[in-house]
Amino acid sequence: MHIPDGYLSPQTYIPLMGVFVVSAALAVKNVKKEVSARNIPYLGMAAAFSFIIMMFNLPIPGGTNGHAVGSAVIAILFGPWAATVAVSVAIIIQALIFGDGGITAIGANCFNMAVFMPFAAYYIFKLLSSNPAGSARVFFAAFISGYLSLVMAAVLTAAELGIQPMIASSSDGKALYCPYNLSISIPAMAIGHLLLFGIVEGIITALIVSYFFKNEPGVIYAFRKGGKNGD
Amino acid sequence: MLSGKEAKMEISKLQKKILIILLLLCLIAPLGIVIPAFFNAGEAWGEWSAQTVKELVGYVPQGLAKYSDVWKAPLPGYTMNAGDKSVMHQSGYYIISGIIGATITYIVMLLISKLIVRNGE
Repeated sequence: MHIPDGYLSPQTYIPLMGVFVVSAALAVKNVKKEVSARNIPYLGMAAAFSFIIMMFNLPIPGGTNGHAVGSAVIAILFGPWAATVAVSVAIIIQALIFGDGGITAIGANCFNMAVFMPFAAYYIFKLLSSNPAGSARVFFAAFISGYLSLVMAAVLTAAELGIQPMIASSSDGKALYCPYNLSISIPAMAIGHLLLFGIVEGIITALIVSYFFKNEPGVIYAFRKGGKNGD
Repeated sequence: MLSGKEAKMEISKLQKKILIILLLLCLIAPLGIVIPAFFNAGEAWGEWSAQTVKELVGYVPQGLAKYSDVWKAPLPGYTMNAGDKSVMHQSGYYIISGIIGATITYIVMLLISKLIVRNGE
């Protein structure tokens, strides 16, 4: 889901960079309000976790590969705004140091995986879980949250790629950027995420959220009313 | 009264456990290259090199050709030597890349968080 350089036209990556910068500014403002100092180590670990989990490429045999992102579990545990900051840091370091995802596409990649995805995950979890909730309900809500949010983020990424032939083609009809249109990009991206990568994101989310629910329920942002905890 | 430094360095038992798990994940990260290779899974969709795109659609889109080398990452593809065919070596490079990347990510996120969050001291 890391869009490389050259796949998005400037008409696409510049606005997405703008949206990401505004989102990041809002995230900083909200993290300042919501996160207490004693949770800072968790945020560092959350960002590192997202970085590492994205290295676990999972295969669709004979096809492509993909991976989980970790945005859903971070959004549920520490809030969607904290997830925006944490996953953005991971994505930017992947792009700068490892060439995973383009420099011009940093805004798009961060928007898809670090803004859209954690918010989708958070609200799906809130919708499906109740407070107080039983552990089975929490597990189920976290699984669906991880599963759906990753699939949705993949479809969003596919949409950004798939509109490129419409936006920018040369006079002889050849695409200037991503050469595949929506009718190819959406199913291609959706299938792997529906069948495998989403399930892994769901399981990771469900297992970790359940662990915290059992052992450190006070930490879970989604079950607090908002505002700082522990102060 | 703890000094500022002591208060900041304090991490819980659970947090220590998480750090150990993160390190273990780095050590088994090569599964992320070995397993896809075993199942003969190609590159991630939409993340092909310009050369692969040429093979797929018959040409390299002009914009793709122009932008695809805009950035020279120091460790492209999580390896120090992309030409090395040894699975063992690539696994080692992958582990080192994972440890470097996760450590930098952790430190950058801690610094950013400390800058943002000033309460609770």
